[in-house]
Order: sequence, then C-alpha cells, then structure tokens
Amino acid sequence: MRKSRKLNRGVAVVGVGMSNFGAFPGMSSRDLFVDAFKEMRTSVDKGFDPKEIEAFYLGNFSGDLFEGQAHQAPMLADWVGLSPIPAARLEGACASASVAFREGLLGIASGMYDMVMVGGVEKMTDLHISKVTDALATAADITYEVSAGFTFPGFYASMASAYMHQYGATPETFMRVGIKNHENGALNKKAQFGARIPDLMEAKKTKALQKGKPIPTWKDEIEFLSDDRANPLIAWPMRLFDCSPVSDGGVALLLVSEEIAHQFSDDPIYVIGSGSASAGALHSRPSLTSIPSAKLAAQNAYEMANVTAKDIDLAEVHDCFTIAEIIATEDLGFFDAGKGGIAAEEGLTSRQGPQPINTSGGLKSKGHPVGASGAGQIVEIWKQLRGQAGERQLDKSPRLGLTHNVGGTGQTCNVHIFERR
Amino acid sequence: MNDKKFSSSSYFQTIQDKKIIGSKCVDCGAVHLPPREICATCLSENMEEVSFSGKGELAAYSVIYVPPTAMIEAGFGRDNPNVAGIVKLVEGPMISAQIVGLDTKNPAEIKIGTPLKATFVERGDRVFLAFEA
Repeated sequence: MRKSRKLNRGVAVVGVGMSNFGAFPGMSSRDLFVDAFKEMRTSVDKGFDPKEIEAFYLGNFSGDLFEGQAHQAPMLADWVGLSPIPAARLEGACASASVAFREGLLGIASGMYDMVMVGGVEKMTDLHISKVTDALATAADITYEVSAGFTFPGFYASMASAYMHQYGATPETFMRVGIKNHENGALNKKAQFGARIPDLMEAKKTKALQKGKPIPTWKDEIEFLSDDRANPLIAWPMRLFDCSPVSDGGVALLLVSEEIAHQFSDDPIYVIGSGSASAGALHSRPSLTSIPSAKLAAQNAYEMANVTAKDIDLAEVHDCFTIAEIIATEDLGFFDAGKGGIAAEEGLTSRQGPQPINTSGGLKSKGHPVGASGAGQIVEIWKQLRGQAGERQLDKSPRLGLTHNVGGTGQTCNVHIFERR
Repeated sequence: MNDKKFSSSSYFQTIQDKKIIGSKCVDCGAVHLPPREICATCLSENMEEVSFSGKGELAAYSVIYVPPTAMIEAGFGRDNPNVAGIVKLVEGPMISAQIVGLDTKNPAEIKIGTPLKATFVERGDRVFLAFEA
C-alpha cells in the first residue's frame, strides 16, 4: 500500500473570517456564519468576487441535536448568496471543520476547483447543559462506551488518570495548561473566556467584598484552581477550568489554487501538509496516554510537507481538556512521551517559550463551538504567519504553523501544516 | 429481530443472562470483547464464541460529578458520583464499564492496577456489566 501521499497541486488560504466565540442567546448558526463570511470577505488583500466560489464544505457536528436543524450547508450557502454551488456538510465530531477543510483542500488539489469556501459552525448554548453533555457523548460509542457512565470530560479524565499513573503528573500539571491558555486568550478579543486566571481571582475577591462575604485567601493560581468551590470537579481529575466551554461560533475560510493565489493575496498561506487518521473506541487502543490517530495524522502531514516537528514554529492543538493539550504535544513530536506535562509546567509552550502552543487561547479560553473549532485554529495560524495576530503576535516571525484537530477521543484526527513563503 | 451470532444484541442478551461472551478468531486467535463478526486483527470472518472470566484490573478511571442523563436517572450526580473506568481483562481486551465499590470520597487514592471482578448492575429495566474491587 502507498505510504506517502502528496497533493496534485498547491493550495493556499487567502481569506479567513471568524465570529466571536461565546454564548450568544438569539444568534443562530446562520447568524454566526454570516458574521464569519463578512469578515472573510474583507480579509482578502486584493478582494474577490464571491460568485467565483465553486464549492462549499461546512463542518457541523450536530445542528440536529443542538438546534434541531440538520442539512445546514446548502442553507448557509444560500444565506450568503452562493446558491446553487455544491454545498456539503461534513461531520467528524469536534474535528468536523478539519474534515471539511481537508475535503476543500482535495477539491482544489485534484484540479476539480480553483476556489472553494470551507466553513465551520456550531450553536451549542441553546440547550440545557445536561442535554449538551448527552449530545457531545454521541461522538463516542453510545453502545459500548457511554453505557458505562462515561461523559466526554470522563473519557479525557480517564486518560489523565493513566497519564498521572504512568508519568507521575499531578492535577497541577494540567492546571498549568489552563493558566497558560487563559493568558493567551486574554489577548484575543474574540475569545469566550478571555481573562487571565489571576484577574478572575481578583474579580471573585472584589465580588465577595461587595456582597459582604468572607474574602477568599488563595495564595496563587494553583490554590485557586484546587479550591472545590471556585473550581468544582467535573470528572476527577478534570475540574471546570480543565474543560473547554460550551460555545457558539462560526468560521469561514477561502482556499484557492497556488497558481492564482497572488491574484487575491499579497501574502497567501500555503497548505503544505495534510494528515488524517481514524481509531476505534478509547478502550480498544494499546495506549491510554496517546492518541494513535493523532500520531499517524501528524506523521503523514510531516511527510507530505517534508518537515519535522522541530521545524514547526507554532501550533494550535485540540485542548478540549487540559490533558488533551499535553498528550497532543507528545503525539505531534514536540516533546517525548511523558515529557509534555513537564514542558507545560516549565512554560516551554507559552508565547515566550520555544514551542508556542495555542497562542489564540486554545479551545480552553477562546471557546469550543465543536463544528467550527478546527477552522478557528486555522484562523489563528493564518494570522500569526502573516504577522497580524495583534497583541499576541509571536516575536519570532513564524514561518511554519500546524493545526491538530481531534474528534471524540481520537476516533478522528486531522493535522495540517501551513507555510508562509 | 437480530439473529446475528455476534452483535450488540447478542452481547447485551448475554449480559442480561449475567454471562460475558466475546468472540475469538479461529484463524489468528485474537479475542474480542464486545464480540465482533470480523476479526479486527486479521479480518477473518471465522469467529467462535469465547467466555470471559470477568477478572481484570483497572487501567484508567474517572469519578464523574456531572454524569450523563442515564446515570442521573439511576441516582448519580454531584453528591453521589459514578465511577467510569477502562478495565484490562485477563484474557487481553480492554472494556469500558461502570466501577462500583470504590471510595469516591478520595478519588486520588484509587489505584490504577487495582484487581477487579465482574458484577452485574441493574439500571432501569436493563442489566449492565460492571466491575468491583
């Protein structure tokens, strides 16, 4: 069987747009996607005619369960004036948008299209939280996994339990990831929880003072995050601040063939690697501290791009839970197995560190509208590579960026590598 | 009516009868629980029944304070968390299951590697495979 794969021709991202991520009562998927589309239109350096878009691929996990609305790709295409182009919804749980992105990439690389739009959207906050938990659980095996009493926090918490046992990590190891991602998200105006943990602590103290209640005396962030009242356990060892939020959001990306990229952009961002893999249920895998589809997708993406983990300047990884970021940084080869936790504790993944991870704030702070999250990661890489990430811009003029988007506990994983030339 | 020998129906029927039946590949010897019609190792369709002892050890776990609806209906929640775990069976496969009889007051004290044995719990009108220390 063929092991190495390549694109038949080059593909570039020349426009990106993203709605705010958060909880927006009264805003539907349609409204969120229209916001993303409008911003994407203005992001194309030299402008473009949307009527030249030939196809639309939309990531959406479960409008069916969250909004009672399936089949949103043609609906959204119509709503932004693109009917009658082909429009398809792709579903890969929380990796839906990267599944859609890969289809758009293949659509251009194959020669079928010159210009496609890739989107992602999810509207999660209309449902009661218990129903959201159940809807998300459908990304796992309902018959053989969820019947055991698992939730998504529970799955990742179990991986955390195995990681702690195998490598000696502690709950504090995971907290360091959350603290770092909130630091980054505080510099992202579109983030749902764009506040630093120390600022949240101050706000809680001020509130206690105003209400005449005893003022908490946490000595540092770890003490705050270890406080059962301030940061309740969701699924031991994962607490509230180890979990990405329930979010609404939409993203739109414009992809064109490499040959015509400079017609639209002064600074196109090229897609040089794409890897995708699948896996069975969590319990069916040889290791509970690594995600095999992520390792394979990364290997395939690196091979296609002809680069290694050492070459990657920054990455947006799928931190649906803090443990997930640690495992991701190991599966992607940034750190050896068992060393990702130590790297997080030592600040190696901060914006100032040698291997910046989730400069956007990640799913943890920016928000996790599941069907849009994978496309949101690409927005951040595009901006960082073009030097347009504002206050959170990396100093070192990054040239290579990577996205890692996981569906379920790794039943789906897509890795993409982007280059600025 | 699903009359397949190896299916989720057959599996849950055996669980209702408080037996643990998986499938074993006659060609390569790989053992599967839950049972599969097609061997995940060699893709053979030549499968036979195999009975599991119900003995294993805890490979991973979580104490869950915000459970799924089905567990809430069974009485679990913030003040009575359920434990979900992954159990490595002595026959080889791992399986997801509810773990009972552990001290949920001290989740950090629960030990990976704790020996477990199968038990059967009723939730609603169904019997589920669970494990206890």
